[in-house]
Amino acid sequence: MSTIEAPQRAKADRPAVTPAADQPLYASRTKVYPKRVFGKVRSVKWAVLIACLALYYVVPWLRWDRGEGVPDQAVLVDIFNARIFFFWVELWPQEIYFLAGALILGAFALFAVSSLFGRLWCGFTCPQTVWTDLFMFVERWIQGDRNARMKLDQGPRDANYWTRKSLTHGVWVLIAAATGGAWVMYFNDAPTVTREILTGAASTQVYFFFALFAGFTYLLAGWAREQVCTYMCPWPRFQAAMLDENSLVVTYRDWRGEPRGKPRDDATGDCVDCFACVHVCPTGIDIRDGQQLECIGCGLCVDACDSVMGKLGRPKGLVAFETLKNLSASAAATAGMAPGAARQKAGMAARHLPRFIRPRTILYAGALTAVSVVMLGAFLLRSTLDVTVIRDRAPLFVRLSDGGIRNAYTVKIVNKTREEAPLALVLQAPQGFRMVVQDVEADAQGRPLLARRADGIAQYRVLVTVPGGQRVAESTPVTFRLLDAGGRAVASTSSTFAGPRP
Amino acid sequence: MPTKIEKDSLTGTDTTGHEWDGLRELNTPLPKWWLYTFYACIAFGVVWMVIYPSLPGWKGTSGWVAREAVVADVAAAQARNAPMMARLREATPAQIIADPELRAFAIAGGRGAFANNCASCHGAGGQGAVGGFPSLADDDWIWGGSLEAIQHTIRHGIRANESDDQRQSIMPRFGADGLLTRAQIDDVAEHVLSLTNRATDQAAATRGAAIYAEQCVACHGDRGEGNREVGAPRLADQVWLYGSSKRDIVAMISNPRAGVMPAWQGRLDPAIVNMLTVYVHSLGGGE
Repeated sequence: MSTIEAPQRAKADRPAVTPAADQPLYASRTKVYPKRVFGKVRSVKWAVLIACLALYYVVPWLRWDRGEGVPDQAVLVDIFNARIFFFWVELWPQEIYFLAGALILGAFALFAVSSLFGRLWCGFTCPQTVWTDLFMFVERWIQGDRNARMKLDQGPRDANYWTRKSLTHGVWVLIAAATGGAWVMYFNDAPTVTREILTGAASTQVYFFFALFAGFTYLLAGWAREQVCTYMCPWPRFQAAMLDENSLVVTYRDWRGEPRGKPRDDATGDCVDCFACVHVCPTGIDIRDGQQLECIGCGLCVDACDSVMGKLGRPKGLVAFETLKNLSASAAATAGMAPGAARQKAGMAARHLPRFIRPRTILYAGALTAVSVVMLGAFLLRSTLDVTVIRDRAPLFVRLSDGGIRNAYTVKIVNKTREEAPLALVLQAPQGFRMVVQDVEADAQGRPLLARRADGIAQYRVLVTVPGGQRVAESTPVTFRLLDAGGRAVASTSSTFAGPRP
Repeated sequence: MPTKIEKDSLTGTDTTGHEWDGLRELNTPLPKWWLYTFYACIAFGVVWMVIYPSLPGWKGTSGWVAREAVVADVAAAQARNAPMMARLREATPAQIIADPELRAFAIAGGRGAFANNCASCHGAGGQGAVGGFPSLADDDWIWGGSLEAIQHTIRHGIRANESDDQRQSIMPRFGADGLLTRAQIDDVAEHVLSLTNRATDQAAATRGAAIYAEQCVACHGDRGEGNREVGAPRLADQVWLYGSSKRDIVAMISNPRAGVMPAWQGRLDPAIVNMLTVYVHSLGGGE
């Protein structure tokens, strides 16, 4: 991609290796000291960070009237009662496909956004990015900016060092604890579980998951940081499949910047080799090396470079969100031109608006729309009252003393509402079929009245008999209907009635 | 040993010295944290192996045994069910049915107890089998299908000689002991068939009716309605424990068979007997 020569990087300056020399088998981590930066991208990142964290920490505290016996929580994954509550939606275990659908939607949305705007997810909204950013903010606040931190780490282990380090880790642990605590709240009633955690009354599971998420927040955002993106996360490995030359990515306009040099040298490009872009990078890379796996597309180098260009009175955008197609177009247009304003003008003129409508984006948008429509349809059509019938398999049928045939069924009424009014069960079957439900009342027409459990499953054993003397087929379709007080069918299901082989 | 270790010109990384058709492998070291995580996993594994039974013959320092964990789980489940079981032990089957909570518990538990103790003869759904294993899901009861009758049968068994209150009855061996001739037995069988309108030889049935009135009425009744007091099956219905063909009926008159059911009182907790009673009653034939 890059039109420049591979630069001589620091690690290339090691002495030449001789076969006998001891090579390190394992590499130490090079600690990254990201510098503070101001600018448009940074402001957007702060806004996204605050929004994401506020959402995460506040949502479990939103209340919603759920009635008796259930926590009045707006968003709750109730493992023990096998329910997922999301504001006005209540999902049962058999509706877990809505969750799968939501995840598929998320995946397609991620593909679509990535193909249009590059690694927006990685750079702005990924939890690893958000929490690392927050932890870095704390670090900078207590230990100072890049130079101060480097000095602190290299300096003596004095009282100042230990005070600042322990203070930093203390605040990190507090944030981590709040994060782990908030996670647990999504699965338990927030006020109750908070009180229980603080008073030591919570269950072992609660403490385990609290500690697990707090521990990993501290470990990943405090210590592992860019290594998560580089070594652990699978996403950077295959995101290239979503990007192409029309996707917006963070790039260095090498056609404009090269050759690097002193600001007052007319023979040099716009890059003054100040390393501002490198120093602010949270993954510690040099964007001028071209597209790299480690780049999370956060764009902080854009802000850093823009501020330097601003001070030098040069146009901004030496590092920018740009498509690789434009980058090559500009490079081609300016090939052979001397550095300076003319090259800048020609290069920028060669650019085109990114082509957002492409087969790839149409495909992603189509898939996104299709899944959304299916999900929405399934959601709108989902019933809050279901009746299911399980036919006894052993015995398939029972022969009675008068020669009649009887089948037994288990009728289950799945009621997802709080409504409890009983429903009349009617059997739709050929003449002569009689139905009995054990231990229930009958309504005025003699139909058995089945109670439904509020927000639960009620189960009844239903016997259907064909009297002796009546011919019965080996298999007869029958339908069970549930009628409300007004005689309207609210649910129905069909089954079969088995008889002996004629 | 690698021979040609050199630096890759493009990346500045050392090579391993391995070369395949001109391709050289870069020596990119593992990150330290990865290495330490790997060592920590090994250490964890070793500690785990020491603590738990991990190798044949090694019981582990913790003394943990899978079987004991199961025993503890079972004990915990029993302790959890204890109050419910106590109530089931005290209540009569009728009281259990009247209490929805007890009834649901009894039917759920009864289903399991039935599968463990009864299903081998009476079938998984209580459907029974021809040859002496009565169906419990139909409406034909040899000894009665009321809650009390079912409970009594379960407690004391049938012809088991284990309990003074056992169900007991014996049908004479009319053929084997020479009480009736073969021709008479055929006639009686024809009469029995006529009770369900299946006789093919009306004259024989009429002759059989006279013999029936002498020999069989005491137990099986005038019109073959049976007698639950002595466990004499109803003959005027469609349910046949040992088969309904003339051949089956002749065999039963000549050399009757009789099923044996063990007495479950003493083998099963009274609460489980009550659960079974309610469950069997709910199978469809309960009276």
